[in-house]
Amino acid sequence: MTRWNSLLVFISLLFSIPLAIVFGSLFFPEYEVWEHLRATVLIDYIGNSFALLIGVGFFSLLIGVIPAWLVTMYRFPLSRQLEWALLLPMSVPAYIIAYTYTGALDVAGPLQVTLREITGWQYRDYWFPEVRSLGGAIAMLSLVLYPYIYLLARAAFIEQSVCVLEVSRTLGCNAFGGFRRVALPLARPAIMVGLSLVVMETLADYGTVQYFGVSTFTTGIFRTWFGLGNSLAAAQMSALLLVFVAVFLYLEKRSRKQARYHHTSSRYSSLMQQRLTKGHGVIALIICAAPLSFGFIVPVSLLINWAIDTYLDVLGKDFYLLFFNSLFLAFITSMLAVGIALFMAYSNRNNQSLLNKIMVRLVSMGYAIPGTVIAVGVLIPFAWFDNSLDNFLIENFNISSGLLISGTVFILVFAYLVRFLAVSINTIEAALVKIKPVMDEVAKTTGMHTINILRSIHMPMMRGSLLTASLLVFVDVLKELPATLILRPFNFNTLAVRTYELANEELLAEAAVPALAIVIVGIIPVIIISNSISRSRPGHG
Amino acid sequence: MIKYIHLLIFLFTLQSANAAEVNIYSARKEALIKPLLDQFSKETGIAVNIVTGKADTLLKRLEAENRNTPADILLTVDVARLVRAKEKALFQQIDSKLLNQVIPKNYRDDDKQWFGLSLRSRVIIYAPDRVDKNDLSSYMDLANEKWINRICVRSSSNVYNQSLVAAMIANYGLLKVERWGRGLVSNFARPPKGGDRDQIKAIAAGVCDVGLVNNYYLAGMLESSQKSDVVAAKKIRLFWPDQSTHGVHMNVSGAGILKSAKNKKEAIQLLEFLVGDFAQQWYADTNYEYSINSKLENSSVLKSWGKFKADELNLDLLGQHNIDALMLMDRVGWK
Repeated sequence: MTRWNSLLVFISLLFSIPLAIVFGSLFFPEYEVWEHLRATVLIDYIGNSFALLIGVGFFSLLIGVIPAWLVTMYRFPLSRQLEWALLLPMSVPAYIIAYTYTGALDVAGPLQVTLREITGWQYRDYWFPEVRSLGGAIAMLSLVLYPYIYLLARAAFIEQSVCVLEVSRTLGCNAFGGFRRVALPLARPAIMVGLSLVVMETLADYGTVQYFGVSTFTTGIFRTWFGLGNSLAAAQMSALLLVFVAVFLYLEKRSRKQARYHHTSSRYSSLMQQRLTKGHGVIALIICAAPLSFGFIVPVSLLINWAIDTYLDVLGKDFYLLFFNSLFLAFITSMLAVGIALFMAYSNRNNQSLLNKIMVRLVSMGYAIPGTVIAVGVLIPFAWFDNSLDNFLIENFNISSGLLISGTVFILVFAYLVRFLAVSINTIEAALVKIKPVMDEVAKTTGMHTINILRSIHMPMMRGSLLTASLLVFVDVLKELPATLILRPFNFNTLAVRTYELANEELLAEAAVPALAIVIVGIIPVIIISNSISRSRPGHG
Repeated sequence: MIKYIHLLIFLFTLQSANAAEVNIYSARKEALIKPLLDQFSKETGIAVNIVTGKADTLLKRLEAENRNTPADILLTVDVARLVRAKEKALFQQIDSKLLNQVIPKNYRDDDKQWFGLSLRSRVIIYAPDRVDKNDLSSYMDLANEKWINRICVRSSSNVYNQSLVAAMIANYGLLKVERWGRGLVSNFARPPKGGDRDQIKAIAAGVCDVGLVNNYYLAGMLESSQKSDVVAAKKIRLFWPDQSTHGVHMNVSGAGILKSAKNKKEAIQLLEFLVGDFAQQWYADTNYEYSINSKLENSSVLKSWGKFKADELNLDLLGQHNIDALMLMDRVGWK
């Protein structure tokens, strides 16, 4: 056990280096810059970030949990297809959906231009929702982030024992009561994992809010850093962001401290999906189809429409290389992320010391830090290591190693792990919590080793969650932009980088081709995983 | 696992073992420089490797990688970041007769550390159906009450705006510019959002009447393959501000050679190529920037806008006043 523990501490510390650099900045307060921020823009940053957080949290819960419940418990038109289709918006990067809707709905976009032409109105004669606003940012982020909640909520609902629900019926709950008083509380750990991912992703978002002209704490970090050229103050702002996330996570954990969530019944009768009446079925269909339409069908149709005009110019030999690079990075990282997360979550389960707990929590903080900040937090220590090694070799052996790790794909994957380990750890932990410790104890009495218990008991039980974790990381890496931009080797591009470069030059039509490619690559694992979750109900092979 | 890492490292260090090559960290987007680099490789046989990114993160990477950085050249799209790189002592002095000959004195560093490669002007644009040309005069005038609710401009996070304000600070002093900034912000028709093309489209759509953009965005839209861009751009006119005072605010895209450059000879060769006729013509024809070489012809769109008086301010000052400019913009509420 001790070897496991020291390995756990080592891995945790390794992946916390960027965090340590961020927090280290707090020891060198930049009073002058803070005074300037306080006197001018800080209130704005905090207010907007808070509003964004509340808005995205609320809406993504709404359009994540309700459809998850509907497709799990009921049969209605297209419900089978919606089960997996509701995940699709996950493959659309937030900045891309933002560009797409702006292109279509903005004051200079085709819709409003046509409207003005037909009616003869001027710009100020009519009201039209402004896409590029705080409200617009909430809508965009909710539409692409709700699948995190949907995915985890649905998996939780599927894993729940119907017996528990049936008992609730006999105790006089109607369908809604059973949902509200039994299923929802039981699914809470999973839903909260989804929500905390959404919260962290929202806080780390830069592309969308920047494009919409909404100044948040994160755009403030960039502005302080790039504009004011003060990376120390920028790191301090990131540290405060992290403190906020840590407090949020802690409060959430504490609020369900007394509750335990492992399955109490090991009896699983097959899930009987109730067929809805025609009227109810249509309502359910509309509720589920709305997030899918606005989060996927509409933006992707627009992208396709643009791509038709430009794909001949954009597709070339090097485009397939982009495709390969993106896939390669996403695959490697997702495998590593699941492996490391499994190790960490499992060590923590077997030895719940305070140290272990802190280590695991520390590593799962990276998700809330903007990718650029992580990238620099990775860049600095590795470059330092490379340079020190080089110095040492030159002094002692007269050999120069140059930069060994910096500027390689390795450092890129490392940065992805720092940022996305939270996703895999949270997902796998939520699954482990539901396995009763009694099972471990019984297995131990039969003389099984810890590793064997993991392999032959826990892993099969968590197959769905393991796949989910790898899918989430895979898609996240596919979409990742800022860290890739900073850390990549020479002549190394990904689909996300290409999309950004074109969209940033306001060449939306050209950007549509690589953007579509990201979406297409992202869809495939989404469908695979969704199928496997459907089959993952305990008691079914 | 370890084996695999070694293999990876091996694979990705391998490529730097080529013969003649030059390595660039570029803040200019790949599409806006790659064709030139390909041409350079074709002419000289020197391979060019490139990483693109935002100027400040590239600076950070250079600082961290220190003397072992593989990069030879830092390419930026704004002079403020060139000055910042110089302040961080990342560049080395380059003695190239050709560079000094072609590039006018105010568009290169006095200490020969960075060189302007192409010119862009930040101009006033307006809707001719709603604005009388005679009402326009200078940047300063945009703070006048007559423009209330009529001005569109992008965020102050954008370096082009920072450099414009920095130039104004250099020309008029902090106090006067701060008062100007308050007036300008109170004239905004909407909170700053989007890029320069967005401001052009907003004026065409009637959201506002006057805007500030870099000249090549308007030219790019006029020559665009997308009909909607052309339609919007045709509703817009360009106005050269400050013609009776300091002249139009100019900025450069430029480059410097890094202190630790391992391919200094090739790097100089590349910079010289980039100020040469072929490259300068390409800048003008493809991206509608003004040539740094005043003897060369500009593209036809640029010529249609006629001659103008450019501000001859030493560009070094834009870098020096960059932070003042940004803090000023924070204070006046320019988001």
